[in-house]
Amino acid sequence: MATATAPKFADVKVGDALKPLVLPPISRHQLALYCGGSGDHNPIHVDLDFAKKFGFKDVFAHGMLSMAFLGRLVTSWVSQKQVRGLGTRFTSITWVGDVITVSGKVTGKREKDGETLVDLEIRCTNQSGQDTLQGTATVALN
Amino acid sequence: MELDKKLIGHEFTPFTATVEAGKIKLFCKAIGEEDPIYSDEAAAKAAGYRGITAPLTFLRALQADDPNKGGLLRLLNVDIGLILHGEQHFEYFAPVVVGDVVTCQEKVVDIYDKKGGALWFVVQEMEMKDQTGKLLAKGRGVTVVRNPDAAKK
Repeated sequence: MATATAPKFADVKVGDALKPLVLPPISRHQLALYCGGSGDHNPIHVDLDFAKKFGFKDVFAHGMLSMAFLGRLVTSWVSQKQVRGLGTRFTSITWVGDVITVSGKVTGKREKDGETLVDLEIRCTNQSGQDTLQGTATVALN
Repeated sequence: MELDKKLIGHEFTPFTATVEAGKIKLFCKAIGEEDPIYSDEAAAKAAGYRGITAPLTFLRALQADDPNKGGLLRLLNVDIGLILHGEQHFEYFAPVVVGDVVTCQEKVVDIYDKKGGALWFVVQEMEMKDQTGKLLAKGRGVTVVRNPDAAKK
């Protein structure tokens, strides 16, 4: 939920960090919920036999589940209707049991089409310090 | 395995998806999202939305409503166990809310390989419009295909 103290364009500085979001460990139950909730029924995320057949040691999280965490970080800072863009590269696999921290910082401020925009660098990092997602977001601030 | 670069430019049949509250509810449970704008119409309207709002990345879940779901894999003749999600990008032009009837149009914009053909990359672009033809969002996704022949070497 966007906080009552919505950030103002004038107050935001390049380098400002968002309050990180630390997620509960990824569970098989969560992957089953995301399978149903997202409509992504690829068995590789929920069926251990299938994952092993294709060379993986275990099932692993949908990339889009972690991207949803990036979205949660951004909308914990601003209202969703201020979000103009969200993108990511999926840089490594998120396994069952991984503890993901979502973090972000301001990388730029600019104007486009009459809006004042703030660019963010956002990422998911696992308990070993390895980035699993490296992304960006753009939000419009007043 | 080699993907056919002649498929660059292929446009998939457009489809429509109706944004449903129950699907958003399950999606939010899965991602741990508890903001009431995603579950309660009054809260969403109080926050300035037209109705219960679809989370930012729920747009990808709308794509699962394609009656020809799995079309990319059939087009490429690739097994689902070989694919990974490489990248995903969204541009947002207007919030998507419950009751919206969203038309999705996807196309293949690039196909290339890396590591001597061990990995193939398929880039798709997507546009979503509402029932009035207004542009809601654009998407760009990269699907990575692991070449099973390369793994055997």
